[in-house]
Amino acid sequence: MNKSRREFVKKGAVAGAITAAGVSAWLKDQGIKEAGEKVKLLSQDGQLIEVDKAFLKLHAQANSEILAKNTMGREGIPGRKFVMVVDLSKCNNARKCVTACQKMHYLPEDKEWLNVKLMKDNEQSAPYWFPKMCFHCDNPPCVKVCPVDATFKRADGLVLIDNQRCIGCKFCMAACPYSTRVFNWDEPDLSQEVKDLPYSPETSVPSQHGTVEKCDFCPDMVRKGKLPDCVTACPNGVFYFGDEIEDAVTNGDETVRLSELLRDRAGYRFMEDLGTKPRVYYLPPTGRMFPVERGFKDLTEEQKERYKDVNLD
Amino acid sequence: MNFKETTQNLLKELAPTIEKFTWKDWLWTISLSLVILWGMYALYLQIARGHEVTGMRDNVVWGLYVANFIFFIGISYAGAIISGILHLMNLEWRKPIIRIAELITVIATIIGPLYILLCMGRLDRLHYLFIYPRLQSPITWDVIAILTYLVGSVIFLYLTLIRDFSILSTQQLNIGLKRKRIYRFLSLGFKNTSEQKVLLKVSTNIMAIIIIPIAIVVHSVLSWIFGMTLRPGWHSTIFGPYFVLAAVYSGTGVMILAMYFFRRLYGLQRYITKKHFVYLGYIMIMLGAGYGYFTFSEYLTDWYSSEKWNTELIDKLFNWQEYGGLFFFANVAGILLPFIVIGIPKLRTIESITLVSALMVLAMWVKRYLIVVPTLETTLIPMQETRPEYIHYTATWLEWALTFAGIAAFILMFKLASKFIPIIPIWETSESIKKKTSAIDTNVDLKSVTHA
Ligand code: SF4
Repeated sequence: MNKSRREFVKKGAVAGAITAAGVSAWLKDQGIKEAGEKVKLLSQDGQLIEVDKAFLKLHAQANSEILAKNTMGREGIPGRKFVMVVDLSKCNNARKCVTACQKMHYLPEDKEWLNVKLMKDNEQSAPYWFPKMCFHCDNPPCVKVCPVDATFKRADGLVLIDNQRCIGCKFCMAACPYSTRVFNWDEPDLSQEVKDLPYSPETSVPSQHGTVEKCDFCPDMVRKGKLPDCVTACPNGVFYFGDEIEDAVTNGDETVRLSELLRDRAGYRFMEDLGTKPRVYYLPPTGRMFPVERGFKDLTEEQKERYKDVNLD
Repeated sequence: MNFKETTQNLLKELAPTIEKFTWKDWLWTISLSLVILWGMYALYLQIARGHEVTGMRDNVVWGLYVANFIFFIGISYAGAIISGILHLMNLEWRKPIIRIAELITVIATIIGPLYILLCMGRLDRLHYLFIYPRLQSPITWDVIAILTYLVGSVIFLYLTLIRDFSILSTQQLNIGLKRKRIYRFLSLGFKNTSEQKVLLKVSTNIMAIIIIPIAIVVHSVLSWIFGMTLRPGWHSTIFGPYFVLAAVYSGTGVMILAMYFFRRLYGLQRYITKKHFVYLGYIMIMLGAGYGYFTFSEYLTDWYSSEKWNTELIDKLFNWQEYGGLFFFANVAGILLPFIVIGIPKLRTIESITLVSALMVLAMWVKRYLIVVPTLETTLIPMQETRPEYIHYTATWLEWALTFAGIAAFILMFKLASKFIPIIPIWETSESIKKKTSAIDTNVDLKSVTHA
């Protein structure tokens, strides 16, 4: 980052909100030539704006640096309500979502914010693969119990953690009925480059010793107009990400109406009876595309070991 | 025996402990300090290397430390209840033992919360609890309640000490001028005038009343750290009263243990008698009955309604391969044994009462462990985990070292306190003897009270 831009970001953060137009104007001041071609872009405050193509990359960078100031991270993107739909009939435990998530957040191999369980609801019913991430509950048990407001619920539905605030009491971990949260029991093994990245609750990078972290629905990607990495990484299009207010979700290949999808496929929320009101919906594993055994194909011995208690017949 | 004589006698008996630090005292102090040092080394390792050195992991995020926290706050009830309730009921026999009870309260309330600090991943951010407090969180409730409780019990202890400080500063004691001056300063100019007496009495009464609801709040709030979650074995409506009862119960046990040791150590047989043990024993089994009833009711309903996760948890508690042994011990030594030994007159001796109290206190510690750990091992979503330490919690030597360090610190603080302040309240004990021997005296006393 060159010095004057750092200056600018600093000033902007002091001044409070930075408008997209402001960023463009400033970039022009810096003598960067306009390409003349405008591109439509979603700004950090949820507005559709037009930006010159030449500024596009710089815009994104400036944006994420502003985010790093940590104030925006708490408010959420106005006018949006994020949801995820997971189609259980298409999952074959390819684990691409898991590795993509780990790569994106610089997690070691044994730390999974998103993992795939092998579920078997009772003796009679057939087992199925069940990707499980943070459910970003609308009535989050973890947020209620946090003594220092380190984990919070945003207006756009996301439950995020500020690891610069977290005191590591682990109460939220005990309170989460879905065992979603993970703790940094020691100093995370990160390269200096990653350690130097500006932290934001929206990127959750870099991890910090003695604090809690979890799946964040990648709002930094959303701000850049992209889908969370697990969604794009899945070869089977299991994950649909979208906006409840727009009533639309997409898995990257197809965009569908949320309400129709949930109606036609009998979407449900996991453990609805707990009253946590998750923002993740599941489509039941009916008419499955793969036999459940396919999920074992590319697993390591250690990974196979995890599922040994599940009776496959 | 009149008031003066008793005061003299008591002073004479307590003087050696207060006057000099014998080689035995040194031995105690040094060995206890060594245990504490060992714990400090463990603490250093934990801070330097992170919580990785403990047995805690995702899933079982809390372990021995939290069990110790509940345990210490539990035994702190000794003072609140023994001195609070018995004070209000104005039972004479309580007088020689209230100091012990109040000391237990203050010391345990200092040590207990330290264990919560040991659980925190970021001790450097401790002050966030005060600069970013969130009132919705049971932890915030706990911070407020425990701090209030600590201040309250220190005040209560101090109020009952003022008279003794004034006695110590005026009597013939071989303790050097400096210490006498400290005692004089601490006695706040108490000269035993009738006005002062009334003031002191009223304030002690007020504190005795205030400390009881505070104590109840402290343990209820503590139980709600568990009760407010959606976890099997924790999410229970009776957790508040259950914890309160368990706390008083274990507090009485520790009280009996402390009485036994000080009686032996300082030769206080004349003041702490079998009666004290038996009476406290009665209180103990009464509380034990209530505690046993709660325990039964808790597990019976969980088992009978047989919800999925509750059943999973109960299966673990009743399985000899898992927690069966501990669960059995917690209930036999924690509920049945005191009943048998204290309930049958023939078995009721000072030694036997002390022994069952010791076992009961241990059982209550185990019970706290059984509340914390097995529930955390019972996740709602299948763990499907291969790392054994993530599935099953086993405390590491560091956690044990810090546990023993806490117990050692408790005993050491007790011991040192007894070197500085009389472990038997001189004034109150003398007064109660006076009351017994001279009814006229009491009348005079009453008159002066009403006059003022
Ligand atoms: S571990 Fe951190 S995020 Fe969780 S409750 Fe404690 S302070 Fe809040």
